[in-house]
Amino acid sequence: MNVPASEQVTAQVVGFARRLAAAGTPVPPTRVHAMLAALDVLGGGSLRSVYWSGRVTLCASPEDVERYDRVFAAYFGGQRTPPPTTVRVPPVQRLVALPADPAAEPDGRRDGDPPPELLATASRVEVLRHRDVATLSDADRAEVHRYVSALLPAAPDRRTRRQRPAASGPVDARRTVRRMLRHGGEPVELRRHGHARRYRRLVFLVDVSGSMAPYAETLLRFAHAACRTRPGTEVFTVGTRLTRITRELRGREPGTALAAASAAIADWSGGTRLGEELKEFLDRWGQRGTARGAVVVIGSDGWERGDPTLLGEQMSRLSRLARRIVWVNPHRGQAGYAPATGGMQAALPHVDRLVAGHSLGAMEELARVLDEHDGRRRGGGHARGDA
Amino acid sequence: MVDTSGAVSSPGELAERLDAAGYLADEGLATAAFLALRMGRPLFVEGEAGVGKTSLAQALAQVLDAPLIRLQCYEGVDAAQALYDWDFPRQLLHLRAAEAAGVTDVDQLEHELYDRRFLLARPLLQALETSPSVLLVDEVDRADDEFEAFLLEVLSDFTISIPEIGTVRAQTPPVVVVTSNRTREVHDALKRRCLYHWLAHPTFEREVAVIRRRLPGVGERLAGDVARAVQRLRGADLLKPPGLAESIDWVAALTELGATELDTELAARTLGAVLKYQEDTERVLGEVTELVGRA
Repeated sequence: MNVPASEQVTAQVVGFARRLAAAGTPVPPTRVHAMLAALDVLGGGSLRSVYWSGRVTLCASPEDVERYDRVFAAYFGGQRTPPPTTVRVPPVQRLVALPADPAAEPDGRRDGDPPPELLATASRVEVLRHRDVATLSDADRAEVHRYVSALLPAAPDRRTRRQRPAASGPVDARRTVRRMLRHGGEPVELRRHGHARRYRRLVFLVDVSGSMAPYAETLLRFAHAACRTRPGTEVFTVGTRLTRITRELRGREPGTALAAASAAIADWSGGTRLGEELKEFLDRWGQRGTARGAVVVIGSDGWERGDPTLLGEQMSRLSRLARRIVWVNPHRGQAGYAPATGGMQAALPHVDRLVAGHSLGAMEELARVLDEHDGRRRGGGHARGDA
Repeated sequence: MVDTSGAVSSPGELAERLDAAGYLADEGLATAAFLALRMGRPLFVEGEAGVGKTSLAQALAQVLDAPLIRLQCYEGVDAAQALYDWDFPRQLLHLRAAEAAGVTDVDQLEHELYDRRFLLARPLLQALETSPSVLLVDEVDRADDEFEAFLLEVLSDFTISIPEIGTVRAQTPPVVVVTSNRTREVHDALKRRCLYHWLAHPTFEREVAVIRRRLPGVGERLAGDVARAVQRLRGADLLKPPGLAESIDWVAALTELGATELDTELAARTLGAVLKYQEDTERVLGEVTELVGRA
């Protein structure tokens, strides 16, 4: 490529940055400036300079690099009009129902019944609490979701290396001596310290395949509530592929956050290849640290299409990394349920708690289970070292 | 004071000088490092464990003839461990000594207590005070979010303010290399402050060249055999695919055993140098023949 006047270069760089942004890499103006500055340092004479000056300034992850290469080839590949790059098509929102207008009358209210604001809210929650979300009307489900969003899921804490001042514990030499300095060197008071405590990371893996359709959104609402109460929380969806939606769930308002997450999920209501996706999660995220010492919540009915052996292997791997695995299976809430599917059978030996996830009550139960300190391991003789 | 960047005039020249320091950088890495030097920006190097992120900083220090100052990050690392701390025991001793000598000027004494000589410089302060220097912020992905934010501040203006002394400003900002193994996403704000380079596993040719550079006595044959086997292992879907560091370890182990080429039996005996998981070893042991087979 011939690089003529610098204005033209700037225009080209800006055009390229736009194309990159359209392909999914956010490019703020500061980065464009950085690219131009880099180009200036490199002399800007060749396509290679353009390539590298952009790559080190506009990318921030290997995924970015991949996308960058693609867009670069398309944009500077010689064509006068670059072919349209893959622009993310906003997927159809199939599952996520935005909370209904709170003023709307809930379905099923007969004429003459008192309007909702006159109903005792508590008793209404009681009615909804134990009903399976799959059988609820849209309005009732929206109400349940509002309650789920208001839950405060916590996770157990653990000791960290960091020392914090404490009322009792070993003497903190540094602080004590610092104190002494103030009193002319007299040891007036002893300062003590202890290890700080930190919440364990919560990791959600939510199955969004067809069989989980009625329950996935409720679980995602719960995960979103967890993201807000415990900022380090990570959320992934599994189905036919693994999608990380932590970023999308960062928004505060549940409806917007869920809509963003649903736009990022490409495989709503597909099939399940739980074993393979668990493996992908462990390879890409889990083993590197996301699952280490964490409390992992898997929301799935365990209808595994693939080979259950793989699922078993991966669950065993996960159990060695994670502090605790909580499996949420909505069918557990149904009478006469037994974990008989191949997937469930393979996974169960590695699961610490199996809970239902079909109703508001079950979600409240899940929040309690997450908060337990070491669950069934307490006194179980199956001690594990601190991560 | 030396202008660290002026000495190198192009990415190619930097690559040559890194080469002379025993580090083989490809075009991308050399360009990224060159830009970091010239633009005075930290270089954020991300990649799998063992691809040579840390040794890049070491080689850069050698090239620039500057000391390497290393800040190893870990969960819970905080400002006192990264910036500075007061040496309280020494301050106390000073106080006692002054008392014994009958010093009465209290103001003066207090002033003395917060003298520079009682300040313990931790890596970040050291790097600002040493000009020129190479600062390696290693495995930043292990530190907490709060520490990242703090780091961002220091790396943005290269000044540290110490209430009792004043502001310390770097005469020449240190050359900063930040590494991450990607165990966690590092915040965008920090990455945006830096130039980014994703360091991938090396190509076969480069791997052979690096092995022979690091272990000069090794023959072409052994280096090639190991590089080929390692490349295969990387494609074999293992829990922990071996990095460049593991190839070098493996060759070193084989050399200790007097090997000049890789055969099935030797490979089986020395797999521990490359594979760090029992499951991986078991899987590969069944296919050692294919592993060492020549293409």
